[in-house]
Amino acid sequence: MIEVKHLVKKYGNHLAVDDLSFTIEPGQIYGFLGPNGAGKSTTMNIMTGYLGATEGQVLINGHDILEEPEAAKACVGYLPEQPPLYLDMTTREYLEFVAGLKKIKKAEREKEIQKVLDLVKLTDMQHRLIKNLSKGYRQRVGLAQAVLGFPEIIILDEPTVGLDPKQIIEIRELIRDLAEKHTVILSSHILAEVQEICDYIMIISHGKLVASDTPDNLEQLVQGAETLRITAKAGKETTATLLSKVDGITSVDYLAGDGKTTSVCITAPQSDTLCEDLFFAFADARCALTQLTTTRISLEDVFLELTQQDAPAEADDSENADTSDAENISANIDEKTSDYVSSDFDVSKDSMDLAADTEEVDENESNI
Amino acid sequence: MKAIFKRELQSYFTSMIGCVFVAFMVAITGVYFMVYNLNYGYPYFSYTLQGIVFVFLIAIPILTMRCFSEERKNKTDQLLLTSQVKIYEVVLGKFFSMAAVFLIPVLIYCFFPLIIKLQGEAHFLVDYSSILAFFLLGCVYISIGMFLSALTESQIIAAISTFGVLLILYLANGLTNFLPTTAIGNLIGLIFILTVIVLIIFRITKNWFLSVVLECAGIAAALITYLVKSSLFESLLSNWLGKLYLTSVLDNFSTNYLFDISGLVYYLSVIFVFVFLTIQTLQKRRWS
Repeated sequence: MIEVKHLVKKYGNHLAVDDLSFTIEPGQIYGFLGPNGAGKSTTMNIMTGYLGATEGQVLINGHDILEEPEAAKACVGYLPEQPPLYLDMTTREYLEFVAGLKKIKKAEREKEIQKVLDLVKLTDMQHRLIKNLSKGYRQRVGLAQAVLGFPEIIILDEPTVGLDPKQIIEIRELIRDLAEKHTVILSSHILAEVQEICDYIMIISHGKLVASDTPDNLEQLVQGAETLRITAKAGKETTATLLSKVDGITSVDYLAGDGKTTSVCITAPQSDTLCEDLFFAFADARCALTQLTTTRISLEDVFLELTQQDAPAEADDSENADTSDAENISANIDEKTSDYVSSDFDVSKDSMDLAADTEEVDENESNI
Repeated sequence: MKAIFKRELQSYFTSMIGCVFVAFMVAITGVYFMVYNLNYGYPYFSYTLQGIVFVFLIAIPILTMRCFSEERKNKTDQLLLTSQVKIYEVVLGKFFSMAAVFLIPVLIYCFFPLIIKLQGEAHFLVDYSSILAFFLLGCVYISIGMFLSALTESQIIAAISTFGVLLILYLANGLTNFLPTTAIGNLIGLIFILTVIVLIIFRITKNWFLSVVLECAGIAAALITYLVKSSLFESLLSNWLGKLYLTSVLDNFSTNYLFDISGLVYYLSVIFVFVFLTIQTLQKRRWS
């Protein structure tokens, strides 16, 4: 179990990690998600005792990483972003060296090394010099190094970067196998990866923990919200009157209009009938809808929303945001999706698009 | 510590640096030995050792340049610092591995007095005690090189700065003659050194108040001492610089035939200081 309490790391004036606190429970796969430079690697480096924190405390199984470093580090296997390999050694020599560093008993060394070699499928490569290995194999040697001795907690910093798809799948399977007996923490900026293997996701942005929950819960946080964009062949006032007749619209945002057509962005709680209601409202008034697009919010949007707050003023908002506060997050999402829509960039179109298109066609036909 | 020692030693001999270092040391010594002892028939091997101290200037930077800078560049220091090994064990492991590489030519040197003995008269006591002093002097230089290597990521900068420092130490004796001997000259020199130190302190702490107070206090202390007893300042700087001349201990062994225990203690303490500074440098880097 790892407890991170109010971690702060400053590089000069730059705040890399800003008051980060979380607890890692044993036996699960945790995913650190965040864009480049969010502070993932720094946090991991502090957790493993490579860097010292400016403020805050890291407890690993109750041992403070600074006060009892040996006891704390004994529980952790770490694969940094760049595998720490000595290129002039063979795989086996290297693992023997690491076994020495990890103070694995001489009698067990041979057995332990063979175990990890089998685990990462490196037995054939054990007598090759590491400098002659390809990137994927080097990554595996790094992984073998972290897993050697089977510490309770295994921390992997971007374990699949630079690997080909087949190797990525293999490493993911390996991580899943490891998770049966160990706590695994991995970082990534690839959402799909984290979503697929992790039991628990922590989204980090600008050194702050902006959300932490299971993948399902994170998605549910935002399922209440839906955004529709319509373009109607009607003036602004007509559109407004028609929209006021439709139930269940939370907010309406007028994007553009030239007197004859009006573009509107509508936010509403998710409902199955809203599209139909809108369509019939306009059809009854004989106003053609030339566009009806729905944007459903996926985990990707949660990620983008939470991590794309560049302006400090906006970042302040998330400081107050309770990470488990669903309302707060979905409110942020609303804001963001409207940004996306106004910049004519549809984040994710799903099957509703198709439905909307067909409706348009229907309407055009009925106009004819 | 043992694992690191073993790995380092192995890596010195897989990367050729160790072999080149040993070959270089032995070859140069061989040439001097041939000229001084075999050709001119001088029965003291210690004389040859004294003559080849300059080889350290080239050989030691080659040996020490990679020890920490390479680790840092390849990020392998992450492995060492996140493992259960204590930092002092890492530093000592590396230091002892370099000392072990240096021990190989030194052990070969142990045969040279025997060769002299074959030709006639030999002075084993002087020769072997000189070899001991020579080995410790080399270890002092290794510790300096190791410290400088821990300061940088670049092997080249580590090598060149080590060379520069060793050069100054090597020339220290000769340079003392060029320093002023008058009290007023030494006072000015002292204030100049004080100012440089205060500027360094200012750069590290960024504290105007502290720097100014230190500078003023230092100048005041120096001036008062000068007014009270100006004779204290005579040849002060050249005396100080003379103390930096580490080779003087080896000279005591090799030319004065003295077993200079205080000199050996001096060597050991310098080694200790630089090993300590290396440990502190590694510690500090984690916090900045």
